[in-house]
Amino acid sequence: MKRLRGGGIPGFVLRRALLGMLVLFLVSVIVFAATQALGDPARAILGREATPDRLEVLRKQLNLDQPVLTQYLSWFSGIFHGTFGTSLASQLPVGDMLGPRLVNSALLVVCAAVISIPLSIIIGSYAALRRERKFDKVSSNAMLVLTALPEFVVAVLLVILFSTTVLHLLPAISPVPPGHWPWEYPDGLILPVATLVIAVAPYVSRIMRASMIEVLETDYVEMARLKGLPERTVLYKHALPNAIGPVFQVIAITLAYLAGGIVVVEYVFAYPGIGSLLQDAVVNHDIPVVQALAMIIAAVYVILNMFADIGTIIVTPRLRTRL
Amino acid sequence: MSQTVAAPPLPESADTKAPSGRSSTLLARSLRLWRSRIGVAAVALLVAIAVFGPLLAPSAPDKFVALPNSLPGTSGTVFGTDYLGQDVWSRFLTGGGEILVLAVVSTAIGLVLGVAIGLISAYSRNAWDDVLMRGMDVLMAFPQIMLVLVAVSLVGPETWIIVLAIALTTAPRVARVARGAAQPVVERDFIGATQAMGMSRLRILFGELLPNILGPLMVEASLRLTYSIGIIATLAFLGLSGNPNSPNWGTMIQQNQTALATQPWGALLPIIAIALLTVGSGLIGDGIARAAAGIDRERAA
Amino acid sequence: MSIDQQAAVTKTGAAVTVRGLQIATTSGVPVVTDLSFEIAAGEVLGVVGESGSGKTTVGLSLLGHARRGLKIVSGSVLLGDQDVLEMDDVALRRLRGSLVSYVPQDPASSLNPALRIGVQLREALKAHGSTSDAENTARIAEMMREVALPDDPEYLRRYPHQLSGGQQQRIGLAMAFANRPRLIVLDEPTTGLDVTTQATVLATVRDLAAAYGSAALYVSHDLAVVAAVASRVAVMYAGRIVELGPADQLFESSAHPYTRRLVGAIPRLTGSRVLVGIPGHAPSPGSRPPGCAFAPRCQLHSPECDEKVPEPLQVVGGHTSRCIKALEVVKLQAVTPGERVQSPRVDSSAPVLSLKNLVAHYGDTEVLHSINLDLEHHECLAIVGESGSGKTTTARAIAGLHRDWTGSIRLGDLDLATSAHARSTDVRRQIQYVFQNPYGSLNPRKSVGETVGQPLQVFGIASGREADHRVAEMLEQVSLSASYARRYPDQLSGGERQRVAIARALISSPSVLVCDEVTSALDVSVQAAIVELLGNLQRELGLSMVFVTHNLPLVRSIAQKIVVLANGSIVEYGDTAAILGNPQQEYTRHLISNTPSLETARMEAVELASEFGPSHALHVTRSAGI
Repeated sequence: MKRLRGGGIPGFVLRRALLGMLVLFLVSVIVFAATQALGDPARAILGREATPDRLEVLRKQLNLDQPVLTQYLSWFSGIFHGTFGTSLASQLPVGDMLGPRLVNSALLVVCAAVISIPLSIIIGSYAALRRERKFDKVSSNAMLVLTALPEFVVAVLLVILFSTTVLHLLPAISPVPPGHWPWEYPDGLILPVATLVIAVAPYVSRIMRASMIEVLETDYVEMARLKGLPERTVLYKHALPNAIGPVFQVIAITLAYLAGGIVVVEYVFAYPGIGSLLQDAVVNHDIPVVQALAMIIAAVYVILNMFADIGTIIVTPRLRTRL
Repeated sequence: MSQTVAAPPLPESADTKAPSGRSSTLLARSLRLWRSRIGVAAVALLVAIAVFGPLLAPSAPDKFVALPNSLPGTSGTVFGTDYLGQDVWSRFLTGGGEILVLAVVSTAIGLVLGVAIGLISAYSRNAWDDVLMRGMDVLMAFPQIMLVLVAVSLVGPETWIIVLAIALTTAPRVARVARGAAQPVVERDFIGATQAMGMSRLRILFGELLPNILGPLMVEASLRLTYSIGIIATLAFLGLSGNPNSPNWGTMIQQNQTALATQPWGALLPIIAIALLTVGSGLIGDGIARAAAGIDRERAA
Repeated sequence: MSIDQQAAVTKTGAAVTVRGLQIATTSGVPVVTDLSFEIAAGEVLGVVGESGSGKTTVGLSLLGHARRGLKIVSGSVLLGDQDVLEMDDVALRRLRGSLVSYVPQDPASSLNPALRIGVQLREALKAHGSTSDAENTARIAEMMREVALPDDPEYLRRYPHQLSGGQQQRIGLAMAFANRPRLIVLDEPTTGLDVTTQATVLATVRDLAAAYGSAALYVSHDLAVVAAVASRVAVMYAGRIVELGPADQLFESSAHPYTRRLVGAIPRLTGSRVLVGIPGHAPSPGSRPPGCAFAPRCQLHSPECDEKVPEPLQVVGGHTSRCIKALEVVKLQAVTPGERVQSPRVDSSAPVLSLKNLVAHYGDTEVLHSINLDLEHHECLAIVGESGSGKTTTARAIAGLHRDWTGSIRLGDLDLATSAHARSTDVRRQIQYVFQNPYGSLNPRKSVGETVGQPLQVFGIASGREADHRVAEMLEQVSLSASYARRYPDQLSGGERQRVAIARALISSPSVLVCDEVTSALDVSVQAAIVELLGNLQRELGLSMVFVTHNLPLVRSIAQKIVVLANGSIVEYGDTAAILGNPQQEYTRHLISNTPSLETARMEAVELASEFGPSHALHVTRSAGI
């Protein structure tokens, strides 16, 4: 990467995109190789009592009787056609199963991100500004405790609090009947989104606080104050432009974190998204579905990181002018 | 200077500064903070329950003692019964060991691997560095829970694959921290001095470099332990532990979640345990980080 | 000093008057104690002090600012009839950058990397009520010309990282003078700049302060720099001003033992004198003695010194000293630099080290072009040059730490491999290296004993009791006691650390010692002590030494031969006295004339006085009324 320079921002974007594709290709190889390396999938699926006949049928269905490279290529081309093979559990094309569930999960992630990103940026920056004072101490300790709690603990605690035991305000589960969309049942969205926000916002606000403190302690912020600039100007013109770079990374981290968090949240609330689909697929050894979901989540992560890097470069003159 | 720090006697020293550099001192100093004490107390309590709990359990964890979901007090139970009519208190007392052992073992493997990769990467500063760190990036392209789930889907919920998957997903994160902490140390001249002496690479890495990054590594270790506990409990909660009816805090929560409205204790007790455990280990890590920051501040002054 | 006198001074029109300033840490440990001084309009007051003396803290307090962890406890900073320390946040904001401005030590980190320099200059004007864009543009162009930078809009659109260090610092000056301040605080603005750049920055400071009639406080650890720029000087030690007076008087007939020793510790271009360091080190805040803080290191120490802190004693008008024996001290002979350096007997039969056609690369850039050098037995060879001249690369190539080179380096009659790794154990033992920064060259996790003993173990020279014994002996030899073996680096001062590093290098009895800027991270008094130690060791042990430095005067006190490097080539090479006394090359002459020193400063002060005529002299006499 170091030697590949030039082309300004478009050149950088192009290189970054190519690198992202390379990473995704490697991920696909790893996902595929893992299927091969960790024993006989057909036996893992059918269990020890499987008859040779049934094993044979399944191997054919999984294309296991063909050479490894052929298997890989047929799976790989499936990714581009959006089919991702056939689900073993439901016998449906994986691509068809994913469609509505992707939308449902995206809804959760977007709602959680829209709430948690501004929330954590505000809490983190404000704590940094009020460093070592009451707000900072209280929020830092609260964030520390919340960061340590696993998502499912948060989810079940919320259910105890708001649906089953203490209060009875909200539904304990949020199923969506087939043919309907989750926004038709807004009550059911509240607890899953709240869980995701509580899972991710403390972590992100801690990052934001640390990076804001770093900027506030720099010589140039001290110098801006010693130049007699109004505090408003010091913060918005001198501190913020330098703290905004990390914000892009923060957004990427948040979204990537949410992509993992939905597995647990959707399971707890019986919400029909790709997270609960993954849990289902794992329990049923539905390997094509697992492979497809792994690729999708990795792709989301790679693309997010790419945008974060591009964003960081654009707002940082020191990096931008060196392209 | 406080006298509570264990320091060698310094008869002729003009500035009796504490030898703040060593890791034993770091731990000692972090224990002066309330958050660390609370963390240690919480973790110690839970470890004690996990170790001695099975000896104290009033009945066998899988013995039917009363009707399912009986409230506390029924037939002499302390916290009632679970969805199969088993004693919640006994299952709680026996359910901690598995989570703790798996979490500690997988975190330890991940730490060793990650530290080795991070140190080598920071020290080599060449193509190896790029290749290793790109590899780590690819591994980190998955949320940790995803990769563990994929591994479990291929093999089944076997203990070894759970440990291996958590270790392998912990390693790159540790490697990144180790590399970040080691990079400025590698640039310092005492490393150059050992190179000029012709000291072996292995000795430079583990004898000279490693002791200088123990602070950040201890913080990272407790953070990783927190996450490992969370993931192992989550797997059990998702119904992916080795034995579906083994008394495991995560499994207990999953099984008794549906009865929350009538008999909350079956889920609440293990939830409190896991929360205390992860928050406790998080507090220990934060205490170490704060103690290290305090030492840095004193040095800068 | 009486109240009447104080009032008199204020009336005579000091631009700023500081009275009884106390600054402490937030936990109550005093950092700066009982500080009083004033500065007249157009005058530059130099504040000299070694690290930890509190000089930067004083500078910032004039803007009503205290860094994190510090607070201003009491005292007054009068600017006209306003007390800066009484001001609320709004008044302080108006004050800073307009009436009082600040030039920071490190321009690279003090300019905002995300903003164009033009924007940063403009906002300094805008923040203080100058809202007309046209006027501001004109003013910025004027300032840029005054600090000798281009004033075209294209240049002003640059970001700070696109400027050199010297250019960045001149932007800092332009910004500080933009609103024609009454007082300007300069905090070591030339530290880290090359001598040439330093000279132009110093001249700019002097000219601007005079032209705008601004009072200036110039904080520095470098006496020679202060002598070059300031008409009056305050010497700080352990948070107090121990001596205050006109620059020439203060340096020529010091009235405080600390100043006297400090002046004696400065290396001089004229004449090779032994530098005499000050034993011990300054006490840190919180461990300062009850009486005179310098007493434990003072040769004139007597029991009364420990009773209470001495009050300022007037030596002559405008020259005070916090020493109970000030009147004796001032009568001592004019400060004598140490005796002449005795040259060791150099054996020139065959060089111990010789470099032939040494060419070195960093990546694709050639940084050394065909260097040829010889180091004789028992000789000290100095390699001098500005940053980027290749002096450190040469040293690192000799030690095998820089591997990317061609040509030959011979140790005796042995050709050396490029990297230390590829050399034999015996070669590695024979060439030892002492690094620039003792804060980085000792492993903080290893005790002094382990660090010094390490070579014995790695080279298989000694182990166990025998090794411990040798370590103890070596520590004594570098003037540390054997008990230091049990300490850790963070318990040592900078000078002590560097002694440990020297002990580590010498314990394996090397035939060549390479010293890379070994004193540049140290205070002047400590630098002198280290050079003294190296000189003694060279004579006693018959060491052959390569001494890399950017400090030209230092060379006179240690090296027999000198090689001047510029841009990776040798400019001049030969006998130290001959080259420094009678340089043949323009570059060497340039380097020498730009090096600030007490002697040249005195000459320039005379020029300055004649240039500005009686009015300037008037400032000096007026402000001398302390």
